[in-house]
Amino acid sequence: MSRAQALVTADWLEEHIDDPNVAIIEVDEDTTLYEKSHIKNAITFHWRNDLQDGLIRDLISKQKFEALLSKNGIANDTTVVLYGGNNNWFATYAYWYFKIYGHGDVRLLDGGRKKWELEGRALTTDIPSVSPTRYVAKERDLSIRAFRDEVISSIGAKNIVDVRSPAEYKGELLAPAHLPQEGGQVAGHIPTAKNIPWSQAANEDGSFKSDAELAELYKKAGVDFSKETIAYCRIGERSAFSWFVLHELLNLKNVKNYDGSWTEYGSLVGAPIEVGA
Amino acid sequence: MKTCGATPGGPDLAGVDLSKQAVIQGVVLLDGNSDSVPNGRPATTGYVRLLDNNGEFVAEVPLNEHGQFRFFAAPGKWTVRALVPGAQAQVEASAAYGQAVELTISL
Repeated sequence: MSRAQALVTADWLEEHIDDPNVAIIEVDEDTTLYEKSHIKNAITFHWRNDLQDGLIRDLISKQKFEALLSKNGIANDTTVVLYGGNNNWFATYAYWYFKIYGHGDVRLLDGGRKKWELEGRALTTDIPSVSPTRYVAKERDLSIRAFRDEVISSIGAKNIVDVRSPAEYKGELLAPAHLPQEGGQVAGHIPTAKNIPWSQAANEDGSFKSDAELAELYKKAGVDFSKETIAYCRIGERSAFSWFVLHELLNLKNVKNYDGSWTEYGSLVGAPIEVGA
Repeated sequence: MKTCGATPGGPDLAGVDLSKQAVIQGVVLLDGNSDSVPNGRPATTGYVRLLDNNGEFVAEVPLNEHGQFRFFAAPGKWTVRALVPGAQAQVEASAAYGQAVELTISL
């Protein structure tokens, strides 16, 4: 994978905005912004309501994913372009999700909703009509997903990248600062994890830094590109952003997103934890 | 302060337990007549970023329909930075449990 295959620019999207083979999806944890306005022809996926199982903590099943895409008019050969607020956190999570289920052509709008808005590009309230399809997903590709046991056995062996803010890494906050600091889990980070906040990979407008800047960022922080890497955050969406950088933009192999992340790890009985810088 | 109908400060704090939360919130106002007085309408398209005392990004929220924003920070010093199409500004804030810091950021 490379930047040219994984990312589209706002100019590209404007040129393809009416292309019937392009599906534009705004993904976020709060879809009220979509209701306020969105990019022409975009549909919306809600991170929790559409993409979480709802009963157990997991991705939706293959059958539910197929039904979701089918009812939204997405075919197996559709070019899917994802974007969202929150600097594309949930859009990159959805990108990772589409890769888990083996979608062929999925891309991310560089800079997401924020860059689009700050550039004064057109938004609409019109809801597009879609024609249902019969989408067939592949079995889950777990080569890009880490689970807790692998994370614990990777301490001191693989690169573990904590992409949360320094305050969360140090154990001063349990959640990003625009969310209530709730939850009974302990604070801190996984031992040996390097704190490389997702935000350091992005420009202020939400677009990604250059490949050279990104490679330098991770190398300087001590990530050994010859080793396997696991990224985590709080619920797996910011780490999907950093997974995207490492696996899709920098084309590194063996990079996994630990979507259980701190809400799981920080609640495990007996799991090793460190606090402080 | 003249605000042309904008609600001074941030969103309603009903339901927020300030004894457990160090809230920083406020409103972003456009400079209606270019006199550096925040007397314009609320900026309803834009984003506010919270940076720690090292300038490191901590959080970001979109402005609501009233130009307001809110962060649940930790006690300490923070920088609050507003980005709207064609303009940006930042202010410093000190957060503490038991109170909500109310900011007005003018552009």
